[in-house]
Amino acid sequence: MSAGVEITAPARSARAWLVPLAGRAEGVLLPLAALVTGFAAFALFLVLLGKNPWTFYTLVYQAGFGTGFSWTNTLARAAPLLLAALCVAIPARLGLVVIGGEGAIVLGGVMAGGLGAVLGGWPALIAMPLMALGAALIGGLWIGAVGALRQWRGVNETIASLLMAYIAIALMNHLVEGPLRDAASLNKPSTAPLAEALRVGDMPGFSVHWGLAVAFLACIGAWVLIERTTLGFSARIAGGNVRAAQVQGLPVTKLVVGFTALGGACAGLAGYFEVSAVHGSANASLAAGYGYTGILIAFLARHNPLAIIPVALLLAGIEASSGLVQRRMELPDATMTVLQGFIFVAILASETFTGRLDLTRWLSRGERA
Amino acid sequence: MAADFLTRRRFLTTSAGLAGAAAMGLPARAQGGLTVGFIYVGPRDDYGYNQAHAQGAAAVKAMEGVTVIEEENVAETQDVQQTMESMINFDGASLLFPTSFGYFDPHILEVAPKYPDVRFKHCGGLWTPGMPENVGSYFGYIGMGQYLNGIVAGHMTSSKKIGFVAAKPIPQVLLNINSFLLGARAVDPEITCQVIFTGEWSMAVKEAEATNALADAGADVITCHVDGPKVVIETAAARGAYVCGYHADQSALAPELYLTGAEWNWATVYTDMVAKTLAGEPIPNFVRGGLAEGFIKMSPLGPAVTDAARAQFEAVQAEIMAGDYAVINGPLADNSGNVIAADGVSYLETDVELESMDYLVDGVIGSTS
Amino acid sequence: MNGDIGLWAVPLAMIGGAIRVSTPFLFVSLGEVITERSGRINLGLEGTLVFGAMAGYALAYLTGSAWAGVGAAALAGLLFGLVHGLLCSLPKVNDIAIGIALMLLGTGLAFFFGKPFIQPVAPDLPAINLGWWSDLPQVQAALRVNVLFLVGAALAVALAWMLRKTRIGLTLRVVGDSSDAARALGIRPARVRILATAFGGALAGIGGAYLSLFYPGSWNEGISSGQGLIAVALVIFARWSPINAFFAALLFGAAGALGPALQSVGVTQGYYLFYAAPFVLTLIVLVLSSSKSGALTGAPRELSITK
Repeated sequence: MSAGVEITAPARSARAWLVPLAGRAEGVLLPLAALVTGFAAFALFLVLLGKNPWTFYTLVYQAGFGTGFSWTNTLARAAPLLLAALCVAIPARLGLVVIGGEGAIVLGGVMAGGLGAVLGGWPALIAMPLMALGAALIGGLWIGAVGALRQWRGVNETIASLLMAYIAIALMNHLVEGPLRDAASLNKPSTAPLAEALRVGDMPGFSVHWGLAVAFLACIGAWVLIERTTLGFSARIAGGNVRAAQVQGLPVTKLVVGFTALGGACAGLAGYFEVSAVHGSANASLAAGYGYTGILIAFLARHNPLAIIPVALLLAGIEASSGLVQRRMELPDATMTVLQGFIFVAILASETFTGRLDLTRWLSRGERA
Repeated sequence: MAADFLTRRRFLTTSAGLAGAAAMGLPARAQGGLTVGFIYVGPRDDYGYNQAHAQGAAAVKAMEGVTVIEEENVAETQDVQQTMESMINFDGASLLFPTSFGYFDPHILEVAPKYPDVRFKHCGGLWTPGMPENVGSYFGYIGMGQYLNGIVAGHMTSSKKIGFVAAKPIPQVLLNINSFLLGARAVDPEITCQVIFTGEWSMAVKEAEATNALADAGADVITCHVDGPKVVIETAAARGAYVCGYHADQSALAPELYLTGAEWNWATVYTDMVAKTLAGEPIPNFVRGGLAEGFIKMSPLGPAVTDAARAQFEAVQAEIMAGDYAVINGPLADNSGNVIAADGVSYLETDVELESMDYLVDGVIGSTS
Repeated sequence: MNGDIGLWAVPLAMIGGAIRVSTPFLFVSLGEVITERSGRINLGLEGTLVFGAMAGYALAYLTGSAWAGVGAAALAGLLFGLVHGLLCSLPKVNDIAIGIALMLLGTGLAFFFGKPFIQPVAPDLPAINLGWWSDLPQVQAALRVNVLFLVGAALAVALAWMLRKTRIGLTLRVVGDSSDAARALGIRPARVRILATAFGGALAGIGGAYLSLFYPGSWNEGISSGQGLIAVALVIFARWSPINAFFAALLFGAAGALGPALQSVGVTQGYYLFYAAPFVLTLIVLVLSSSKSGALTGAPRELSITK
């Protein structure tokens, strides 16, 4: 990731440094090229419709990244997306495709809202961590169950997680409009509003809530876990080849259940922040589709938790510009979904070039010559 | 604490950036005049809630010196906060109509204090003293329209059972259901009304299934309260039931079986508020109106409506227009036997108690939870 | 419109619901059976279904013919299937992930181009009244069967026969079970899979057209509530058999009718939970029908989800 720094280091031999870097460069260059291809394909799509792609991308830049307000807008959207993407990326290390993070988000939100109603009088220092923990726990249980079903019953995790997302949303509606409903929430059935002391505020200096910082930390933590611990190493082996992992005596079942649960806990945390920082209570607005955007982000980032950060910002910026594009160019609101679709397809198709863009070999060939 | 991020200096930077954008050939924001922003939760042409508001916006567009900007499919999440801020910062909007109920608390209440010079007018909210002064709410007594629907339905039903497809058991919806039944009972006290909740504001298959279930249960006049009544009207008509419209005029969908409909007439409200803003006059924070004020209107009676039905419909409509007409009159019990209005007690359309209705009156088959 | 049939309304509504609601499930899962039999999984059928619903409605509105709409939906679905099939034929490209991407793209494109068609009214597909023998309007309504449902039922039988008895079926099964064996027989697995995915896409497109042109019979952005995805799950518990897929679709349609039907006879508590019945049911059946080893009986061995 930190290529620039290392290149400037006084080289024993420039090549000796470059070779290992080149080996990793593919991981950055290929998605970038795919991203550009996706943008270009969408530009062509706009031209065919008689719209000006230059105007489009300028507006996207303007509304997503062009001004201080744009950045606030983008960053504010990024927090739930980062955590939702981790719910896909962490299990992906084991080769699992979990796409039901939305379910863990809404249940995490309901748990936070429900606990918040009960713990109203408690000191914030105790109540807030309890709420966050509860949200992470229910999210972890929900997605962990997907991993468990996979290990113990061989149920496909992609489909199971999706079905469970639908069930979670139904449960959320039932709870929010039934047992957990605050009688005072008239036309928008919700749990009781959180006490002011239990609300998560904005970070000092700009109007983005603390969830963003926590999400950044979660990404970094996930990266450390996956790249720098034996647990992460075992997971990668198991993801590559289950049989080999079992032969080596790796605890595959524990890994699968643990990693899915961890991903779910991240998504549950996203629900906690939605409730405690944005909505102030749990209600049907929790099902906002962050879980689904998270899938796209995780795949774009090739399930690398650190790469999730820039990718989530990019996607959040694109979504932040949706309104301006709608108003200025008279394009429908689905425009951004189409753009995301183009990018997604391009990224996945680009995987076919993995290993073919071998800079390492090219460099060492230069050495021999 | 959020306000200080968007300091004056930052806002100026924003504007300068936009001026630069304009120089690059971007569609610029409107110069001079008043910019009014409309925000919809669904598509503008849904034959329902959003279409009714968009028709109001269209009336504003025709006004001199006004630029209208619109955004559709904006979720009741952080999305709407960003959309409002984006309309203010990028388009210079100074009067906003975020039209969905769920936009009010917390989203409008969160954003409004940051922009004291912008007026936020919300549909359906309950503005109460102590809330920001630049926020206001407006709504119409559309229950009266459903009462008139009920009168026509009462004449036209031969099974003595009428049906109501409802989204969620919230006060606004319950008032409509009760009004529909009470209208029918003003014709024949034996009539009952079956209600089925779909649980979602917009969910085509469930709305169709609910309509079929009502027809199966013998209901022969059907109305609804969902965001887009198109599916309910078409499905009911396909079953040969009469239909009463809601939100907007749906007579084109079932010309023969459409009896009448309770429609919003937001053009009245919007043009008035915009005119007041242009003239620099204050707008009251709490605005309500009914048939007499032109906030709501009835669809023209359909060809099937009998003379007797027409006569009573017109007589009652005239009485409502004259004022002081009450739909909820004691003695009245809810459908589990609890007294909700003692003998001699009446609630006028203007009574705020009706805005927290939590019961279904005797004769409605269904429950509020 | 008379006749109170009391509690009988529930089973009757479920039969009616099974027939009305099951058709999209039926078409998507029949298509997916063929796709998966060739060793590929297409999760993107939800996007195809939604796009098919839009394309079908738009064409039906513009031409005035509902059948032209069905044709357009099938064609659009075919194209989506081809794209999926071609992309997945590239080495190292994951079919599950491509499916998710195409789901996003298909839905996005449908909403993008579908805006102008939300309001207009397009002609409906015709229905056949199989309930003529009964005096009860409820029975007549439940047995008002759309032609596509009958086509789907016939197709299930035809596909089952095709898989078992014909050369095409044999080719599909060989490709699905082992690419190497197929190559040894001179079959090109990639080509077979592309065709099988395109066929699956076309059927999913037709399933979408049923939604917008018959039931609920209108185009809007909430037209699909995950039918395309559920149908893919149904294929697993139908054990890749077209006949089972037919019954699975019926069961699922009936479960979907449970919520409103129970409310109409007075069971009004907890309707969200009844609405979730189809999802719970699918999950339970999936859990029961899977096995620890992951080696499902009847599963094509090249299929990524069962490996």
